[in-house]
Amino acid sequence: MSNETLSLESESGYSRTRTYLKALSGFWRVYRRSKMGMIGLCMLIFFVLVAIVAPYVSPYDPNEVSVSDILQPPSWNHLFGTNEAGQDLFSQILYGTRTSLAVGFAASFIAATIGTAIGMTAGYFGRLIRDLLMRLTDFFLVIPSLVLMIVLASVLGSGLTSVILAIGLVGWTGTARVVMSQTLSLKEHAFIEASRASGAGDFYILRSHLLPNVMPVVFAQTVLVVANSILYEATLTFLGLGNPNQVTWGQILQFAFISGAITTSWWYVIPPGLSIMLVVLAFSLTGYSLDEVFNPRVRKI
Amino acid sequence: MTDLLTVENLRTYYQTPQGYLKAVDGVSFTLEKGEILGLVGESACGKTTVALSTVRLLPPAAQVMGGRILLHGEDLLSKTENEMRHVRWKKVSIIFQGALNSLNPVLPVKEQIAEAILAHDNFNEEEVNSGIDRLFKAVRLDPGRTKNYPHEFSGGMKQRVMIAMALACNPDIVIADEPTTALDVIVQRQILDLIRHLRDELQISMILITHDLSVVAQLCDKVAIMYAGKIVEFGDIFSIFENPKHPYTQALLRSIPKMEAPKTQLTYIPGSVPDLTGEVPACRFYGRCKFGQPICAQVEPKIEETGPGSYVSCHFWRDIEPR
Amino acid sequence: MVKLAYFARKIAGLLVTVFLVLTFNFYLFRILPGNPFTLLFRGAGLSAEAMRGLNAQFGLDKPLWLQYLIYLRNTASGSLGISYQTRAPVLGLVIPSVINTLILLSVASAISMVAGILIGVFAAWRRGTKIDVSASAITLVLYSMPTFWLGLVLMFAGVIYFRLPVSGMSTITGAAGGIFAQLIDLMRHMILPLLTLVLGLTGQYVLVMKGALLDVFTEDYMITARAKGISNRKLLWDHGLRNAVLPMMTLVALNVGLSIGGAVQTETVFSWPGMGLLIYRAILARDYPVLQGAFLIVTIAVIFANFVADMLYPLLDPRVT
Repeated sequence: MSNETLSLESESGYSRTRTYLKALSGFWRVYRRSKMGMIGLCMLIFFVLVAIVAPYVSPYDPNEVSVSDILQPPSWNHLFGTNEAGQDLFSQILYGTRTSLAVGFAASFIAATIGTAIGMTAGYFGRLIRDLLMRLTDFFLVIPSLVLMIVLASVLGSGLTSVILAIGLVGWTGTARVVMSQTLSLKEHAFIEASRASGAGDFYILRSHLLPNVMPVVFAQTVLVVANSILYEATLTFLGLGNPNQVTWGQILQFAFISGAITTSWWYVIPPGLSIMLVVLAFSLTGYSLDEVFNPRVRKI
Repeated sequence: MTDLLTVENLRTYYQTPQGYLKAVDGVSFTLEKGEILGLVGESACGKTTVALSTVRLLPPAAQVMGGRILLHGEDLLSKTENEMRHVRWKKVSIIFQGALNSLNPVLPVKEQIAEAILAHDNFNEEEVNSGIDRLFKAVRLDPGRTKNYPHEFSGGMKQRVMIAMALACNPDIVIADEPTTALDVIVQRQILDLIRHLRDELQISMILITHDLSVVAQLCDKVAIMYAGKIVEFGDIFSIFENPKHPYTQALLRSIPKMEAPKTQLTYIPGSVPDLTGEVPACRFYGRCKFGQPICAQVEPKIEETGPGSYVSCHFWRDIEPR
Repeated sequence: MVKLAYFARKIAGLLVTVFLVLTFNFYLFRILPGNPFTLLFRGAGLSAEAMRGLNAQFGLDKPLWLQYLIYLRNTASGSLGISYQTRAPVLGLVIPSVINTLILLSVASAISMVAGILIGVFAAWRRGTKIDVSASAITLVLYSMPTFWLGLVLMFAGVIYFRLPVSGMSTITGAAGGIFAQLIDLMRHMILPLLTLVLGLTGQYVLVMKGALLDVFTEDYMITARAKGISNRKLLWDHGLRNAVLPMMTLVALNVGLSIGGAVQTETVFSWPGMGLLIYRAILARDYPVLQGAFLIVTIAVIFANFVADMLYPLLDPRVT
């Protein structure tokens, strides 16, 4: 039983780190076995690197307008062609990587925090609170997610901050459910009872015992939440709820759509969408493989 | 002597990442018409695998590697899947253990029994209905409940439904795989009474698979004792119980606490069943056997006749004192 | 008779949820920072008096709790407010849009469900083969693309290669020609949006069907059924599918919400005059009454769909009480 749980109480800082590292290397060994997971991870690392080096690698300033180069197909000069304002699409996509990923991470962070808080509370405290919170979760599940996000984002005023908030405030339900069931099962373990018997308060138990043991599951779930968040960000900016001055892949597609260039300029449409698809695929593959690592029952072997 | 079923040297292995698991490794026995044969052994000794091999319902990881199963002289193992479908239930039916989930939860039991009947014979609706009513009465269930769903029956009643279903096509052989294991003692008794009653009335030929010797004592005519994929002793019920020859049989019988005898410490058989994927001793019981000698590990004991219709597989059966 | 308790519980749940949605809907739109009219008329300048007039007209000068009660009363009597943009009653805009969306979504859902079940069954029956693996791979890839982008790509292909119409529900000049020609015209307009939705929805159904069926295959009653010597077809349909549809039903109910999201994107891309396009135009024009009305209707529709699924479930699963 206690192989999977880390009881942090009686260990010194040094041995605690060692326990962590040993657990991590164990997880890595299992993760490495999954071919799909490794491919996903490599793709992920690639995109993160692109996001980091974008300003240095980008051939043009993405906002630089050029009247003479409107809607040019790809060439050596402009690898992905230009848009209707003569801006270089390759640079835009490079910079878009940063923003799209940043928004995805930020929104997921919010969703993960809310979801973990609600999940742990629902799992730890009594039946009444659990039922109440579960009803809340079901309520958010029944409302169509995209429509709610659209409403939230537009009500909060357009711009990427609203988009981040909208996604975060709606996307926590998956995490909450997973955390709740994990907390419920952890609650029964002996070390919790022992802790309570030695006088520990609820908040202390939640923070020092339950939270560290819930984190692996939250981590695996959040990777999938990031995948979804990136999809939602693209959709919300496409629908016009983003900030026209900030380049994201969805924003590029919005301009493509509004300017009517869809039916004429394939280079305006394909690369941004392909980037979205590849990033989401990367996160999905990684997330599913992580799920296998942390939840042995799901493993195929 | 009419041999209804003859199993000859059946070998069924399971594919595992560690190699072949020799679940059934050279099993032979016969079943006569109108007889109840008990197939006895510990869990995972291969009893269920024998049953599933007979009707060729093994899971994908398992494969029959050799041997013959003769029913009315025909080898079931050489039949095509299509031919087997005609054998299943009509010639050989099975009552599975743990009737908890052995019935489809979304169909009324009547439909499930009718399905079995209609898969093999052409009866009209009226005939099927009256047939099912009769079956229900035979297993002492209220015929008014044929339209109920499985979850509306108790465990014992579900088992009766399974028995009724197993008899629906008038099979030559019924294989009962641990029919009472999942039930409490009182219900167990009812089911056993029922089986005995049916045996008397209908002269069913049955293979009764169980680990419970007391069940065997009540119902069986002949017994085959199985250990780690092999049959170690075979004989009629009286010889086995009164004069067991194989050390394993003797140990099994000794481990049943007796009601009337003075209180002694419970005996059990030390050690555990060998891992059938790796190296196994030639006599599987070697290592747990009081009488084991080095030759037992190297040379497989032959099957020798100890009396009319009684067989044992042990190097030293002659020297072992009866209990 | 016992089922009555189940129904009563579900109906009570339905009413409570609808009420919660109404309340949520009301307060959601009051988060608005500032006055909606200053946003609408920015640049044009709004005199204080004109502002007061507009506020009075739209009832925004009353205390919040009073507005809430008025809102409830209005909604109950079918009035969803007036569009900021067109001054037309929101309900009048919503109803035809709902119908158009229903047309598109119901056809798409029907096709996706059938395709999903068939492919899922096939993948489960022939597990591990190339068909199964490629179906899973294609599903994952489709799931990773934004629906609107899929629509854009199909639009591109549709115009360039197939000369299909990519906008609206009917050709403006195609009004003549009788009912048959109009029907063909409708279908031609429907192909691309339908394809977009179907490609997005089918994947989910395939995955769940395959998973559910594989789970059912491991159940004891499947072995019993095989032992009875029944045909493979009966085995699959009467025992396998009959049990696997139960988790499918649950998914279908959940999926309605997701498919609305897909519909919003698809209608925007193809200018299909449904709820999705209505919402998109309301976003662009900051027409909050329309947004509020659309949100309400869409959410209630999803809740109702879930409710219907809940009602149908006991018909399939006799164990439910």
